[in-house]
Amino acid sequence: MNFFNKATVLGAALSIAVCSQAFAQGTLRIGMTASDIPLTTGQADNGGEGMRFMGYTVYDGLINWDLSSATKASDLAPGLAESWGLDPQDAAKTKWIFKLRDGVKFHDGSDFTADAVVWNFDKLLKNDSPQFDQRQSAQGKSRIPAVASYKVVDKLTVEITTKSPDATLPYQLAWIMMSSPAQWEKVGKSWEAFAKTPSGTGPWKLSLFVPRERAELVPNKDYWDKPRVPKLDKLVLMPLPEANARVAALRSGQVDWIEAPAPDAVASLKSAGFPIVVNAYPHNWTWHLSRAEGSPWNDIRVRKAANLAIDREGMKELLSGLMIPAEGFFPPGHQWFGHPTFKLRFDQAEAKKLLKEAGYGPDKPVVTKILISTSGSGQMSPLPMNEFLQQNLAEVGIKIQFEVVEWNQLINIWRAGSKDPSARGATGMNYSYFIQDPFTGFIRHLQCNLAPPAGTNWGYFCDPEMDKLFEQVRNTFDPKAQTAVLEKIHEKYVDEAIFLMVTHDVNARAMSPKVKGFVQAKNWFQDFSPISMDK
Amino acid sequence: MLLYILKRIVYVTPVALGVSVICFLLVHLAPGDPLTSVMPIDATAEQQAEMRAAYGFDRPLIVQYFLWLWKVLHADLGNSIATGRPVLTEVSRAVVNSLILAAVATLIGFTFGTLFGFVAGYFRNSPLDKIASAISVFGVSVPHYWLGMVLVIIFSVQLNWLPSTGAGPGGSSNWRPDADHLRYIILPAITMSVIPTGIIARTLRALVADILSQEFVQALRAKGLGEWGVFKHVVTNAAPTALAVMGLQLGYLLGGSILIETVFAWPGTGFLLNAAIFQRDLPLLQGTILVLAMFFVGLNLIVDVLQTALDPRIQRG
Repeated sequence: MNFFNKATVLGAALSIAVCSQAFAQGTLRIGMTASDIPLTTGQADNGGEGMRFMGYTVYDGLINWDLSSATKASDLAPGLAESWGLDPQDAAKTKWIFKLRDGVKFHDGSDFTADAVVWNFDKLLKNDSPQFDQRQSAQGKSRIPAVASYKVVDKLTVEITTKSPDATLPYQLAWIMMSSPAQWEKVGKSWEAFAKTPSGTGPWKLSLFVPRERAELVPNKDYWDKPRVPKLDKLVLMPLPEANARVAALRSGQVDWIEAPAPDAVASLKSAGFPIVVNAYPHNWTWHLSRAEGSPWNDIRVRKAANLAIDREGMKELLSGLMIPAEGFFPPGHQWFGHPTFKLRFDQAEAKKLLKEAGYGPDKPVVTKILISTSGSGQMSPLPMNEFLQQNLAEVGIKIQFEVVEWNQLINIWRAGSKDPSARGATGMNYSYFIQDPFTGFIRHLQCNLAPPAGTNWGYFCDPEMDKLFEQVRNTFDPKAQTAVLEKIHEKYVDEAIFLMVTHDVNARAMSPKVKGFVQAKNWFQDFSPISMDK
Repeated sequence: MLLYILKRIVYVTPVALGVSVICFLLVHLAPGDPLTSVMPIDATAEQQAEMRAAYGFDRPLIVQYFLWLWKVLHADLGNSIATGRPVLTEVSRAVVNSLILAAVATLIGFTFGTLFGFVAGYFRNSPLDKIASAISVFGVSVPHYWLGMVLVIIFSVQLNWLPSTGAGPGGSSNWRPDADHLRYIILPAITMSVIPTGIIARTLRALVADILSQEFVQALRAKGLGEWGVFKHVVTNAAPTALAVMGLQLGYLLGGSILIETVFAWPGTGFLLNAAIFQRDLPLLQGTILVLAMFFVGLNLIVDVLQTALDPRIQRG
């Protein structure tokens, strides 16, 4: 081989090496807090974390969330539906028309059509349909309470009718993931078999599934949204429910990313060179106050006093900075925050003054009981945080006794309502909320007819004026006008101090410095497509 | 002997039935709703009732028990509420993983426990006894989850020698006894072996010391039997008790350890139980506990038979 030929071969080899380096973007291994791989068939379980890792990765909804920015508020974005809106012919304002995206294929190669949409709704809502899946239905049915019926208009058009006018339908639909009817047929019409080889339209395909241990996802190179075709070669998900085990796995190089590092591990992780990535998102950590008869929280002065008694900055220090002090029910900067006049500051003098006006004082403190849990999804560090609050409140004359229960039990008490004997006379409950849409964010907590057992208005709050605002939200179809109503609701939430508003979680995750390109959206869900790994 | 074994098997039947009643009722006594984990938290009362009926939780407890028992007798432990997968598949996979871990922990624990026990018993009150006893006391008293974390900090985080979580590079699905997989088992197995090491060592120390102080040993020595011959007699006399203790320890090890398997994310029965408890996954919880309890019952049966074979006086009793 002469010099020229040698140089050509060497050049070609180098080009191949360089090219393969440019395209091979590595494997990202994530330690989740869940104790199992979330349900892989479409409607993921394990709440927000399940949807984050096994919902929006393998699947799409008709409507998705825009997860592209870390700075602007995360809002709805077209998914498998290119556009949607009320049927202009329908005076009742209950018929919605969804125009579907053309040319989208499921991972198995079958076409995504209007028939697939109806098939997926039947999967959740029609008990006698062959594809009805109890487990997916359990996850999805309660997410779309507005849906009354649905039908195919043509191959790429679907009509959905709501029970009554409901402008929050798009938010509800962002929960519903589309599984492949063809794949379900192919695997013998079995959801158990489908779980092992699922097929959606999402940017990731499941390539390996070891229950309780590991799920491996590879890019869907034919994804319809080209900018969101994943850069990584592989995404590995591992359930690591124990917080210390997650930290150890990250520090020993077994994973590259862990969800929810414990606050007391943050300093050591930072000093060892692991960045802690945080951002605001629609989560809050509150005391949900009861408005049942006899509750001291029926007096707005007591509610305001409690809100002014909290040293939120002190609590932030306690949590190694992993919180955003509450300025309202929603995190500051949220698109529905509005302009509340009641400022959530630390002002013990004002708190004492308000309590005095309400008839309380050093000789006659407010004495009441609050339900708290020892742990729980989204509950952050409930024991030290609640003890911190207890001390703060005692300093102004509110004596709190805790009724400590296990998380699962707290959920049941929350469903049962504050008047239920299971609440053991408590007038408040420490609960953290997913508040990403108008229903979960506002309506479910305070609408009069959602008091238990009809819904989760735990404290039996009822204010006709608030109900009127909720109706307005449902009847305001223009997004800008709807936002204005939602701002008004939030202002009322804050100005009337309906909750003890304490803090917001920051969705903390610790990761190896090799992880590049992650944009942490202000959302419970995240996009893993732009991520790559440094060599 | 055969009659004795048959008699023991007959005795096992009411024990097994009792175990089934206890493990069914115990999980129902725990507070919390088994359907919480499979429904969004704000599911309406109507949806909850629908789910309760779909999973059969709306029936009287006694009916639920007999339906469950009937299925169990047909080798069907039902389906997990949280995952929908058959409990038998879930438990079988976890049992295999726990068995692998238990086998290694047993090897370590029984070897060192026996070694320390005999050394301490033979050389009572010597420095060797003191060292062996100190190690045994450490083994019995140290919280093993704490030890697990310390080992992780030293060998995984600081030295980066051994992995801290999981059962292998690709999970447990393709587990093989090769270096890649065995690296994952070292830390949990050592952590797990500490308690049996301590218990066996302490039991054997007392036993060996007691046997050595008996008159028949003096008689053996007086007759001129060598130390090796005496040792063999000591082993024979210590074996039934040692076997009983080891059988119990093996039962504990096979049952996995919730704490150790959670700390090391080892996908065994302990890890499974932890998940089932937190998710109130009653069928999974009942199935796992039942299988583990049956392990104990079975192991006790084997130990009883072995003890009888070693010491015929037991059968006569």
